[in-house]
Amino acid sequence: MEEAYAPPHKDTLLLVEDLRVHFRGHDHVARAVDGVSFDVHTGETVCLVGESGCGKTVTALAILGLVPIPPGVIASGKIRLRDTNLLTLTEEGLQDIRGNQISMVFQEPLTALNPVFTIGDQIMEAIQVHEKVSENERRRRCIGLLTDVGIPSPEARLKDYPHQLSGGQRQRVMVAMALACHPALIIADEPTTALDVTVQAQILNLMKSIQHASAMSVLYITHDLGVVSTVADRVYVMYAGLIVEQGTRDQVFQHPRHPYTRGLLASLPSRSKRGKRLYSIPGSVPNPAFKPKGCPFHPRCSAAIAECAVDFPGMCDYGHGHLSRCPPVYSRERQE
Amino acid sequence: MTNGPLILEAPLAPKQTRLEELWRLFKQNRLAIIGLFIFVLFFITAILGAVLTSGRDPLFDPALIRLQEKLLPPLSRPHVDALPPQEVPTFGRYLFGTDDLGRDVFSRMLQGAWVSLTVGFVAVGISVMVGIFMGGIAGYFGEHHLRWNHILGVTLLLAATVMGAMGNVWTSLGLLMAGGLCLSLFRLVKPYRKLRFTTAWLFKNAVSVDTLIMRMVDIMLCFPSFFLILTVVALLPASMYNIMIVIGLTSWMGTTRFVRAEFLSLREQDFVTAARALGIGNFRIIFRHMMPNAIAPVLVSSTIGIATAILTEAGLSFLGFGVPPPHATWGNILSGGKGFIFDAPWLTFIPGIAILIVVLCFNLFGEGLRDAMNPKLRER
Repeated sequence: MEEAYAPPHKDTLLLVEDLRVHFRGHDHVARAVDGVSFDVHTGETVCLVGESGCGKTVTALAILGLVPIPPGVIASGKIRLRDTNLLTLTEEGLQDIRGNQISMVFQEPLTALNPVFTIGDQIMEAIQVHEKVSENERRRRCIGLLTDVGIPSPEARLKDYPHQLSGGQRQRVMVAMALACHPALIIADEPTTALDVTVQAQILNLMKSIQHASAMSVLYITHDLGVVSTVADRVYVMYAGLIVEQGTRDQVFQHPRHPYTRGLLASLPSRSKRGKRLYSIPGSVPNPAFKPKGCPFHPRCSAAIAECAVDFPGMCDYGHGHLSRCPPVYSRERQE
Repeated sequence: MTNGPLILEAPLAPKQTRLEELWRLFKQNRLAIIGLFIFVLFFITAILGAVLTSGRDPLFDPALIRLQEKLLPPLSRPHVDALPPQEVPTFGRYLFGTDDLGRDVFSRMLQGAWVSLTVGFVAVGISVMVGIFMGGIAGYFGEHHLRWNHILGVTLLLAATVMGAMGNVWTSLGLLMAGGLCLSLFRLVKPYRKLRFTTAWLFKNAVSVDTLIMRMVDIMLCFPSFFLILTVVALLPASMYNIMIVIGLTSWMGTTRFVRAEFLSLREQDFVTAARALGIGNFRIIFRHMMPNAIAPVLVSSTIGIATAILTEAGLSFLGFGVPPPHATWGNILSGGKGFIFDAPWLTFIPGIAILIVVLCFNLFGEGLRDAMNPKLRER
């Protein structure tokens, strides 16, 4: 079978354990994230994959403590960054972490940049809130960052407003802002979804080269399996607030074990399927407030058996860090 | 790092700052330009007026009484031989005539312009500051709840202030400490919270911040504000500063509503989340990141608010509740002139027309600004 996967560095940077984020509605509780556990090692690229509404973005926001708390509740779980549990920190403590140790790149760079400030102001502010450095030093670093992310003539661009830049450049500015304080981890929430394909590749290459230069970890949150197959070291597949399969990129792409992952991969267009109708998983994602009993995927699953509607599925270990949350498939494959 | 192949994009939208764009759109509206022109003229006049009419020996003396020269029409010549040389008006003529005490109306109008300008700007400044603060808090922190111990604590602190003002030092100190204790109670008692049933009601949510502030706005809007101002001014000693403060504190509600509405939509925008994800503090986000995005409608409504404040001040002065008499304001020139409206109509018409023109120009300017800032109205 596969080689055992070795992360680039041994130490675990981020460890999320049994995270549950619920949102209180008027007469129901939406369990957006319902027991998610994963870890990110130093220097590693981890992808969280799933459809819209499966809880990926809420997971990312929870890591930064940005889940709006009156409707939202962190029902249980631990989020450890090195040795600190982020969930027990005060708001001030979190502000020290945000942008400084963990920063985030957003999906839509036009709305994630403040329209009334120049990009220079915004990047310099990112430095200013965490480090006491002089105006000149900030400006120098800001120009350095813009050069690093490949923006031509950065001195002139400092005085530009976001609407004066192209989409790809805006996303580069977002990346520069995220990098401003040399964070250990960047969370990229669908960083390429709003960009066209050539620019997507540029941004992904940019992130990769920066990552290699600085031993930074990146947590990609995406629904785009194309992105995952280019950048990921390890992959976590999410469905309805749960991790349903995890493993290295090759394990998940070559030997998917969970029916949901198989369905996702089968619905990708490829050369061998030319001219045929594309596969799609029947049904749609369950409402997080009214999830089916047992395995949340069983109403849509082609491999479902009677127990699936009753028993909550546990994680089954395929070895070498490859886990899947589907006991029926596991026992069937063991027998063969 | 090498980025040779990465630099592919040829950028460069046409360079135009927001201000330039605003000016370009504003310029198309001729009435607004006239409004701006008169606004600038009024501004200069008021400042010059304040300089020229003050001091021990001013160029234009608004308080100089020449009883033998009373009720002269505009542009009439003074009886030079009957006046001591220092009492002859500066231009050798009474440009706007004289009033029933023979005072030069032109000088008095100059002095009054300064009153109108400062009252307008300071009152609106106060109302905009209060409005932005209240609206910002309501819009950003609206969903947070105040607990009963907050309310009790603030009440005690207020009581302490009142007691202190009445000179009762020890009661005041006691209330101060009780209030402080009440506000910090949550932190102190938190670990044992579940044990103390008698104090449990103190930690119940009483009211959300949004409800508190917006109901306050509703209540303030219920008062007929002119009569509220009249009552307050009647109770307070008459001075220009009291008038400014009272007008300011009774007109912040509109701004609060504007700002809150803007904030409710801005709060959901990505750049606010992005700012928080960078570790920027709440108040910095409110006042540095969100406020510049919400300021446009406030600016527009405040130019119109200046007009309203000038009008209110003129009304108060007309009724005799305004700036105390030796000082001239447009309102009290008007009210002094109303007794001679058939004999000396200029005493009524000159300040009346001045108020009309200034208020109109502020309205036109404000509307022009609104049209220039509102992309939906641009195409007209």
